[in-house]
Amino acid sequence: MADTAAEQHEEEVLTDQDIVTGAKEPKPKAGDVKAPELTGRIEIPKLEEGVMGWSKPHAAKPDTMEEMGFPPGLVDNWEEVAVKKLGELLEKYKSLQVYMDICVRCGSCTDKCQFFLGSRDPRNMPVARADLLRKVYKRYFTTEGKLFGKLAGAAKFDLALLGEWYSYFHQCSQCRRCSVFCPYGIDTAEISMAAREIMDQIGIGQKYVNTIIVKLHEIGNNLGMNPKALKATLESTEEDIEEEDGVPVKLPVDKVGAEVLLVTPSADFFASPHVESLIGYAKVFHQAGTDWTLSSTASEAGNFGMFIGNYDHMQRAAMRIRKAIEELKPKRLIVGECGHAWRIAYSFWNTIIGPLDGSVGLKLEYPRPQHICEFTKDLLDRGAIKLDKSANDEFVPTFHDSCNVARASRMGDLPGGQFEIPRALIKAACNRYVEMEEETIREKTFCCGGGGGLLSDEILDVRVQGAMPRMQAYQNVKESHGVNFLGLICAICKAQFTKVVPKYGVPMIEVGGVHQLIGRAIELGAKE
Amino acid sequence: MSGLSVFFLIYAYVALAVFIIGFLVRIWKYAVTPAPLKIPQTPAPVSGPGVLGRMILEVGIFKSLLKGNRITWLFGYVFHLGLLFALVKHYRFFFETSPGWLAYFTTFEMYAGLIMLGGLTMLFVLRLIVDRTAFISVMNDYILLLLLMAIASTGLLLKHYFRTNVTSVKEFMMGVVTFNPQDMPTEAFFIIHISLVFLLLIYFPFSKLMHSGGIFFSSTRNQIDNARDKYWKTPWAKSPESIDIPSNMTQDD
Repeated sequence: MADTAAEQHEEEVLTDQDIVTGAKEPKPKAGDVKAPELTGRIEIPKLEEGVMGWSKPHAAKPDTMEEMGFPPGLVDNWEEVAVKKLGELLEKYKSLQVYMDICVRCGSCTDKCQFFLGSRDPRNMPVARADLLRKVYKRYFTTEGKLFGKLAGAAKFDLALLGEWYSYFHQCSQCRRCSVFCPYGIDTAEISMAAREIMDQIGIGQKYVNTIIVKLHEIGNNLGMNPKALKATLESTEEDIEEEDGVPVKLPVDKVGAEVLLVTPSADFFASPHVESLIGYAKVFHQAGTDWTLSSTASEAGNFGMFIGNYDHMQRAAMRIRKAIEELKPKRLIVGECGHAWRIAYSFWNTIIGPLDGSVGLKLEYPRPQHICEFTKDLLDRGAIKLDKSANDEFVPTFHDSCNVARASRMGDLPGGQFEIPRALIKAACNRYVEMEEETIREKTFCCGGGGGLLSDEILDVRVQGAMPRMQAYQNVKESHGVNFLGLICAICKAQFTKVVPKYGVPMIEVGGVHQLIGRAIELGAKE
Repeated sequence: MSGLSVFFLIYAYVALAVFIIGFLVRIWKYAVTPAPLKIPQTPAPVSGPGVLGRMILEVGIFKSLLKGNRITWLFGYVFHLGLLFALVKHYRFFFETSPGWLAYFTTFEMYAGLIMLGGLTMLFVLRLIVDRTAFISVMNDYILLLLLMAIASTGLLLKHYFRTNVTSVKEFMMGVVTFNPQDMPTEAFFIIHISLVFLLLIYFPFSKLMHSGGIFFSSTRNQIDNARDKYWKTPWAKSPESIDIPSNMTQDD
């Protein structure tokens, strides 16, 4: 059977799109590449150029592309269209324009990317990744590139280069770790977003991300749960909580005039371990006596429009939230545990769907939006909720800073609050707490390996490799301090780790949200 | 006036014009291109003075590079420091009188060229021998280092072995900057040195040397972390109101 299929492939004529997306090429079965060995150390590997060049995500289907306003497949004059689009982006994004020009190739970023460290492929070094786009920029937009060509690192945008784009811009999780160490703050996330936007505009999009964006536009969340299904799920979760704790904790939906509108990643509604955090938020609201609601149409905090660098899709997806604010008339806007969603909420909402101020009815004395961790921390500080640490005595937790929270947002009033507030919550909910190695946390945190739209199974090998540095750091504290719980505040990290940790021989039960710990420790019932 | 002097005067004015206009055109481009979204690299300063402080640390001590790679930082910093001292000591070729503070630099003066050359040499060696930087380097990265090394070397030779008549250099340079052309000195090393400098000036605005001005426009470093408190507008974006979104109220079925 397999042989016949292979023979058929040989005879088939490959289209340009097939060549770029590697759609018909034999490749290792997803997940076949062995997970790096867990030694507890993160070492700079010997280079193996091009070893991950075969990894390419599935291409989005023609109808998905058309629904998003992109060409259904690779257009014939793609080189011309791509160069024109790049020119347009250079006019619209200061970051792209400046970062194309000023890299000196000092090499500071070269050993910082988890995908390089995990894969050994030097094309996964941030500067090498950015150079894939910079080559094209130099060739078509700079005097230096036009005069000196290859000597200046310029290259014609041909099919082979486009193929490299498709591989390696889908091995970047836009986590911004490289940018921390760049003397000019060059942000590879900005560059990889631009590259993906250009690829979409010439007709080759990534299936996983684009399908989800279409689902979000049509139904209101990434999981494609319609309002009816959502309400049914929430009701059964309410029943589960009442059965377990004997307290009628509610999960209200579309309640007009509620004080708080909670927007959370839809994974929280039923994925595991995400739902445990949803239960945690609900218990916090219940115990604090906060009148709150979810929205059935703005039932997604996540927004994959950012991953493909498409402003319009990002704005359109976020508009559901503004609409919900206008219709449900909350006074406060709170966001659940999700990394990229918090970046968009914290850094972008005010711009793309704002201003989020009194004009949409939000109260000015609260942060707009506020992170659920900020909300819970405030209640704890005021003594409005009480936690019983002994409920979590079976856990020795540590905290994984999610990249977008750590390097692209803030919590609280002071810089770095995004590091301290979630840690304070874990420490308030547990008797023990262990920190991972300094070089792997806070602003230097490693991405889980699944961010930026990489959470798709056909590129599982990339994800396993990308998780390597975090897994080494975790293994280290697991061995030395018996750590058995990786605390998180990101839906993507949760999904990524539960899938990937077993590949490293770690039980997936050891991954969970900060509000999962809060939910277990919170004392429900009448206040003293 | 000699043919050589005429040639070099033209060369000098072309080089200076290309450098100044080219540099300003690039900077203008960076300045006017909109920053559509707030993308400061957090933790980031929450105030304007905070951002100023962050920028001073980046430009003054290459703070992020120090975090990233101490060896590259050391040689990169040494080179830039040497360059700074070398530039400062060239002050006397352009002005009649030197300000008093310049005297403090004379202590370092004799080392400036050596420090610069040493730093450059090590950067060149690092680029070659570290497999990761060798992988990313293109020919122009090496050529630029060689050009700077040649400038530093000829400068050192002029200073210590083939001494040029400082007064005639000064007269020539003053003539250039005051648009009052004078004959140029004819010592070979001076001619090589100044030719290479003009070449560098011409290449400058078209090259990665634009990092010198570009860093101030790096959004991850120059933005204030205040996205929740202060409305930031994307100049070219659609207004939110123009986007039609399904209602919460009509989707019950």
